[in-house]
Amino acid sequence: MPGLGLTLGMTLLWLGLMVLLPLAAVIVRSFGLGPAHFAEVAFSARALAAYRLSFGAALVAAGVNALFGLLIAWVLVRYDFPGKRLASALVDLPFALPTAVAGIALTAIYANTGIVGRPLAMLGIKLAYTQAGVVLALVFIGLPFVVRTVEPVLADLGRDIEEAAATLGAGRLAIFRRVLLPEIAPALLTGFALAFARGVGEYGSVIFIAGNMPYSTEIAPLLIVAQLEQFDYEGATAIAAVMLAVSFALLAAINLIQARERTWRNGQ
Amino acid sequence: MRAATTEPRGVRGLLILLALGWLGLIILLPLFVVFTEALGKGAGAFATAITQPDAIASIKLTLLTAALVVPFNCLFGTAAAWAVAKHDFRGRDLLVSLIDLPFSVSPVVAGLMFVLLFGANGWFGPWLMAHGIRIMFAVPAIVIATAFVTFPYVARELIPLMTAQGRAEEEAALTLGANGLQTFWHVTLPNIRWGLLYGVLLTNARAMGEFGAVSVVSGHIRGLTNTMPLHVEVLYNEYNFVGAFAVASLLAFLALVTLAAKTVLEWRHHDALAANGH
Repeated sequence: MPGLGLTLGMTLLWLGLMVLLPLAAVIVRSFGLGPAHFAEVAFSARALAAYRLSFGAALVAAGVNALFGLLIAWVLVRYDFPGKRLASALVDLPFALPTAVAGIALTAIYANTGIVGRPLAMLGIKLAYTQAGVVLALVFIGLPFVVRTVEPVLADLGRDIEEAAATLGAGRLAIFRRVLLPEIAPALLTGFALAFARGVGEYGSVIFIAGNMPYSTEIAPLLIVAQLEQFDYEGATAIAAVMLAVSFALLAAINLIQARERTWRNGQ
Repeated sequence: MRAATTEPRGVRGLLILLALGWLGLIILLPLFVVFTEALGKGAGAFATAITQPDAIASIKLTLLTAALVVPFNCLFGTAAAWAVAKHDFRGRDLLVSLIDLPFSVSPVVAGLMFVLLFGANGWFGPWLMAHGIRIMFAVPAIVIATAFVTFPYVARELIPLMTAQGRAEEEAALTLGANGLQTFWHVTLPNIRWGLLYGVLLTNARAMGEFGAVSVVSGHIRGLTNTMPLHVEVLYNEYNFVGAFAVASLLAFLALVTLAAKTVLEWRHHDALAANGH
């Protein structure tokens, strides 16, 4: 097949200039800080609070999305109802809607003057400008990752094992828990990890609803921006390096889950 | 009597209701609110807001960015897919992972990377400044940062599709005397055009909507380096909510058009996209 030299050359040139060189800049710069100074700026009290919020909120949101994403995927694959195609198309909205638009819309809804925020405020519940607000934004952003990962696996599941289990006298709930759930668990875990990874780095949808107070409602990407605005390039670079390390670890974990699932399926 | 592999009617209804209720609350309500807030003070206020000079400038910059980034990424994405899907070479899996890398980098970190390259203290900053070339806090940085975050879309759409389609048709064309470019143009391209269009749609939506990466490199100069999402932020922070939601509603409309086009592609050309599980 011709064209390998040309197309591979173009790809490598682009990757080198646009991806690897910029990544190298972050890594080399943070190594240049020296281990002691790096640890000091990357793990300052303010940075630790920001990581705790970014990772904690992403974890909770991914958990919520795993639950409701599975429910939505289940309903879309297994049941017929009017408006199903529309519902299916809407699931992808967070992929298409700019994050800043989502951010201001969520804030308008959940601020104490908003349609949901006002009744909640009367009950004494405050979501906007709190850590719960961060979770809310990440729930919006992460939902399609779980639905779109679980849906194809659920659709491919043969009904024969369910029928066998039913013949042997298992109830629906037992079949779901002991037959179906183990089958879709790898896909669910992948969707969870994808939603988590996206949530950790998310910025646009969160900053409007978060309140952005250092030590309490400041996410890690916002801390990078705050330090850049004060021309603290060392601090920004060190935190970025930590976030890159976590992203790559997550990416490796996701690849591992998918690779193991593939070999397991091929082995069957 | 119901089949043993489905749930009782009541349970089914409850699950459907719960799923639709959640979709309504989490997805539909924010979309609805964007339009009601934008039009809340009447169509006149909306029209005034989106025809402000700064708003028009931001729309132009967003269109310019997408017009530069989409063809560029289309070309490189297709080249990458041709190299990966139609050839065998060592390190192919590594290359695919590297192409996907921008997806796992936080947009803010992506922006920072380019600050470290092109900023005043960056690797190329002093050289660029000495030669009077302005990249940072100007349109070039916005285009570069957008190109970074959107690179994987076309390649990730085409690689599984072209791999699944195999190489037999291209090999036949080559045996019949076609050269590489003719083979690509007359054999491969017709096979991948819907997949390519799908990738273009996603690239365009992200290019027009990117916030974090662009926010870090743009410098927020009104009328000059504010794209539409950045202009939304500026207006919002000035408590100009009608203006912010008016510009936001244009972006939300774009998202709806993207979704509709994507859905039509999935229905009409399901087979031509099938390799990706759409």
